[in-house]
Amino acid sequence: MSGLTTSRFKLSRYKRELAAALAYLVLLLVVAVAAPSFFNIANLRDLAMNNAAILIIAVGMTLVILIGEIDISVGSQFAVCTVAAGWLAKAGVPLVLVAPCVVLVGAAMGAVGGSLIAWLRMPSIVVTLALMVMWRDALRWITEGAWIQNLPANFQWFGLRQASGQFLIMTIGLLLLAGFAWALRNLRAGRSIYAVGSDAEAARLAGIEPPRIVFAVFVLIGALVGLAATLNAVRFSIVPSNAGIGLELKAIAAVVVGGTLITGGRGTLFGTLVGVALLGTIGVALTFVGINPFWEKAIQGAIILAALGSDVALGRFSRLPIGDFRLRTEDAK
Amino acid sequence: MTDRVLLHTEKIDKSYDGVHALRGVNFDLRAGEVHALVGENGAGKSTLIKIITGAVTPDAGRIELEGEAVTNNSPRVAKALGIAAIYQQPALFPELTVAENIALGLEDTSAWRRIDWKRRRQRAVELLEKIGAKITADEDAGNLSMPQQQLVEIARALGANARILILDEPTASLSDEEIQSLFRVIRQLRDRGVGIIYISHRLEELSAIADRVTVLRDGAVVGTRQVNEIDRPELISMMVGRELSAVFPKQQCDPGAVVLELGGVGSRDNGLNDINLSVRAGEIVGLAGLVGAGRTELARTLFGLQPADAGEIVLDGKLVQIRNPAQAIEHRIACVPEDRRHHGVILDMSISANVTLASLKRLAQWGGFDFERERAMTADYVRRFAIKTPSIFNSVSTLSGGNQQKVALSRWLATNTAVLILDEPTQGIDVGAKAEIHALMSELAAQGMAILMISSELPEILGMSDRIAVMRDGTIAGILNRTEATQEKILALALGHEVGELGS
Repeated sequence: MSGLTTSRFKLSRYKRELAAALAYLVLLLVVAVAAPSFFNIANLRDLAMNNAAILIIAVGMTLVILIGEIDISVGSQFAVCTVAAGWLAKAGVPLVLVAPCVVLVGAAMGAVGGSLIAWLRMPSIVVTLALMVMWRDALRWITEGAWIQNLPANFQWFGLRQASGQFLIMTIGLLLLAGFAWALRNLRAGRSIYAVGSDAEAARLAGIEPPRIVFAVFVLIGALVGLAATLNAVRFSIVPSNAGIGLELKAIAAVVVGGTLITGGRGTLFGTLVGVALLGTIGVALTFVGINPFWEKAIQGAIILAALGSDVALGRFSRLPIGDFRLRTEDAK
Repeated sequence: MTDRVLLHTEKIDKSYDGVHALRGVNFDLRAGEVHALVGENGAGKSTLIKIITGAVTPDAGRIELEGEAVTNNSPRVAKALGIAAIYQQPALFPELTVAENIALGLEDTSAWRRIDWKRRRQRAVELLEKIGAKITADEDAGNLSMPQQQLVEIARALGANARILILDEPTASLSDEEIQSLFRVIRQLRDRGVGIIYISHRLEELSAIADRVTVLRDGAVVGTRQVNEIDRPELISMMVGRELSAVFPKQQCDPGAVVLELGGVGSRDNGLNDINLSVRAGEIVGLAGLVGAGRTELARTLFGLQPADAGEIVLDGKLVQIRNPAQAIEHRIACVPEDRRHHGVILDMSISANVTLASLKRLAQWGGFDFERERAMTADYVRRFAIKTPSIFNSVSTLSGGNQQKVALSRWLATNTAVLILDEPTQGIDVGAKAEIHALMSELAAQGMAILMISSELPEILGMSDRIAVMRDGTIAGILNRTEATQEKILALALGHEVGELGS
């Protein structure tokens, strides 16, 4: 057959991600005109610091949503991991070991949810809802709400200078994003994630074992939460016992705004990066432009709805309507 | 049959994105006739149906119902006018009972109206009785078999006083016996003056059920004939516009060594017991039998979806255990399932991703994914099998059924498959694509693949198989050689008569 397209990259396949990126550019442009002072180094650095943890968790959340599941327990996992980091540091564990240990704690929490969802086939939204409540209340019960103080002096910024510490956090965040983006495209596991999210039964018939993928993804997001919690905790000299409230919603919102389909199977990490940036910038930008920051949440909500609206406009939900006439008569051109 | 014209379409035109789906289609449906509509996929049958049921608006042309022009047609208007359509996959709500499903199409839908449960049930029972369906009105629709669900839909159409009933591939997944009882219902409705439009790829059915047949090709009507005045070869040549030299091109070849050997295989969950069967390299073994005889279950067992709990599976002389599809694939067994549209391919993923999905191990190592090879592999299959697509990165959902099936087959050719299990490989596929898939199967066998083919179409079984294993009640009732097999012998085995009993 002549004229068969075999070139891999085609911009039109990333319409949705590009639309979000365009929206972000427009936002930056408006801010540049209305309040150029927004673009000072200190402000941008704060912005990056405040969103580094969300970005890392949103990477994990993208994988979870790609396989057609959801994890609303990440905020509570984050709180547990934050406290774990504080305890370990205070107990005198060498700082190079604190981060890996906390990652293990996160992975273990992810494994609990993951095994219930993958092998007992429990719905992820209910399992993680239960775990969300459990982790947080167990933590409240154990810490009695007390924050962890008198941490070793080298806890903050890993004992580095603040600027170096900040640079380290940013680098880790971006490397992770790039690494996972590469893996999603280039590793068998990446392709399997898309396959499981599109049609788990068809994936099974092709020799993929969906439960293993589901379990692995939940362990992975737990580990990422552990890492994010550590990187976030070292920014301060004391460790709170109630961190991460509402974090799950921020992560899910960023993923959805970035164009990952909530029903699974489609989406990219580039989109997620844009989503985190867009939702993270909007609040600060409002302050600079002189709009009451109380509007932040309302505008974020509107952005999420706009993102879904563009999904509908692009026909990305076309699989969904049950009993739709079009579903059964696809053979006509 | 009367000569009263129920439905008349006048010069219907419709294009999508500049592609003509229908051009100047004139079509007549008389009261009390079964009018078959045939044509290859993409010939425009579905578009015409959609226009009649109001789901699609034509660019030009008119629809007349008993001489009166239908204006502003929409699904709601069409329904009010007594036009009902039933599709290949029944569209019932599985969580609702039969009575509730029937009521959904018929009762006043005003939100505040109280439901008269007794009347609702009563009506369902009456309607089911009218078409002679033995179905309990209180059963959940999800528990019914496919043919039973179809009957429920027909009952619903009847309740809506349908004057025109459109049946789209109603027999695609029915056994012969079920087809006969469906035909009885259709004849009953016809005799009552209902006009029936009957779409089917099974041309051999037409002489049994249809009065007239209209052939569509490339969006235009090729002709309308009396069914008893046209034979099958002529019909096929009208559909494809060319003479098909041989519909079933299985070449005779010398089978090699035994690749797969089943010794007393059984599976209690699947209702299989004591299955003894061998398949040689280069051989196509047809698996015949009635629906429910255990053919699909045998495929599922061999592919590890529901593992065997008795007997031995020997592959290339080695005893193997197959617990899940991943293990089956490791043993170089591949399976293209019956429900292609749902699980044979992943509709949302690109053609290339679907082709390579079972060979990711070879394409992706830790070093990275070999996109170059994926592209070359896919392009090769797309060309070899003439898969009609502008790009290998289009999603599979954009392809027609026949082309989707070719993608599903490509996936397993890309792996180094030794045993290929095909469950109804040409179900719901048009004549042209069917011949291509048959040619493909022959080619694979010639390359030394051992093929186990499940089919409910006897001509396909007889035409394609080197040997035919007939199943009944979860076991092999008999094995026939290509030369000795006839439709009568296969049916006799499937139904449980001794071969000799029927005579010939």
